[in-house]
Amino acid sequence: MAELHLPPMLQPLFPGLPRELGIEAGTVLEAIDSLDERWPGFRDRLVEPGPALRPHINVYVDRERGGLETELGAASRVDVIAAISGG
Amino acid sequence: MSKSVLLIGTRKGLFVLESGDRRDWSVRGPYCESWPIYQAVLDPESGTIYAAAASEWLGSAIWRSADLGESWEHSSEGIGYPAEDGGLKLSKVSSVMPAHGRLLVGAESAGLFESTDGGKTFSLVTTFEGHEGREAWNDPAQQPPGHLGLSAIIPHPEERDRFWIIVQGYSLFETTDGGQTWTPRNKGLRRDWPAEYEEIGFCVHKVAPAADFERMYQQNHVGMHRSDDAGKTWTEITEGLPTEFGFAAATHPHDRDTFYVIPLDPGHGRTMPEGKAAVWRTRDGGSSWQPLTNGLPPENAYVGVLREGMTMDDRDAPGLYFGTSTGQLFASTDEGESWGQIGGLFPGITSVTVATVE
Repeated sequence: MAELHLPPMLQPLFPGLPRELGIEAGTVLEAIDSLDERWPGFRDRLVEPGPALRPHINVYVDRERGGLETELGAASRVDVIAAISGG
Repeated sequence: MSKSVLLIGTRKGLFVLESGDRRDWSVRGPYCESWPIYQAVLDPESGTIYAAAASEWLGSAIWRSADLGESWEHSSEGIGYPAEDGGLKLSKVSSVMPAHGRLLVGAESAGLFESTDGGKTFSLVTTFEGHEGREAWNDPAQQPPGHLGLSAIIPHPEERDRFWIIVQGYSLFETTDGGQTWTPRNKGLRRDWPAEYEEIGFCVHKVAPAADFERMYQQNHVGMHRSDDAGKTWTEITEGLPTEFGFAAATHPHDRDTFYVIPLDPGHGRTMPEGKAAVWRTRDGGSSWQPLTNGLPPENAYVGVLREGMTMDDRDAPGLYFGTSTGQLFASTDEGESWGQIGGLFPGITSVTVATVE
């Protein structure tokens, strides 16, 4: 089961969504879609049509920059990170 | 007892102000997780607040609250352009308007969406496929910074399928079939730049209809204009104003000849001319203009007001409200004769709307 870490800006949008959770998924996109089933609209916050990650959203799988198609291992760590920007 | 509810959309979320007497205002917010708000309105039919918002990180959504802002939900289900639709990118939802039991939403790139379930799901109405000028207004190289795309939706109060929209920098359009076909409504407008297209290519900033929807006023990039035939033809009425440029405008709810506008310096700054804050009023359909300054900063007021930054309520003695792009909110309850600052210091204000709630 992959270990998913989410940025704090998502929790206020989806009641009950934790910062960290385990998830069974083959790719990053499958993991996001799995969360979308439990929290409808979740995918739209991270993914734009294409599909593609939104411009200021980054994903790291096992500490390396990944994308929606990046495959997940049985014990992968996935960090979803919102870019530090703005004022 | 009725109360007035002001919705103040800002670059850092939505604020809700309430007052029973239009003097003392309570302030709640920021709502919508401090996402930038482009327009917020209260639907008089359902009592629901709708806000068009776009986060730089998390994309666009329509936020909604059925309890005057105490609790919120958001949705963007169906708001987006199919990948096969010419590669259009949706950078933001820029306008939202409930009318006749449905919710219309404008976006950049220019497109129109509708919701018939109270903002839970949306479907695409049009991206103006095949319309003259579409490639130009969707070309990032030809857009101004902060482009809003479809920047305004103006529903007819009685005819469900008739409404007007503005495509920023290009045209006012009218539809009478719910958005399937569009007619440019720019006859009589001026443009001080080369005309690439005959019927479009006019920089329409703001269109404010009178209650009868035959009289309309328009603040254009170049000049103030009036229409007496629901936008089919326009006549310039700039003479007497300090500049021909501005964004915000409001019509009197009970007098079609009375109209308010905030002229701005047309240069790069786009702030109040000479730093003197003023709202200008006509009581004769634009034949003459008077500055309204009592209570507004008389000097060093280098502030701007954006296109949705002014509104008027529908009371017998209507109240007038405007917010600046640097976060000051001003109100008048005597038709502009005197003004006071209300609410506090806000983030930059993008949208001001008002409703009377029982």
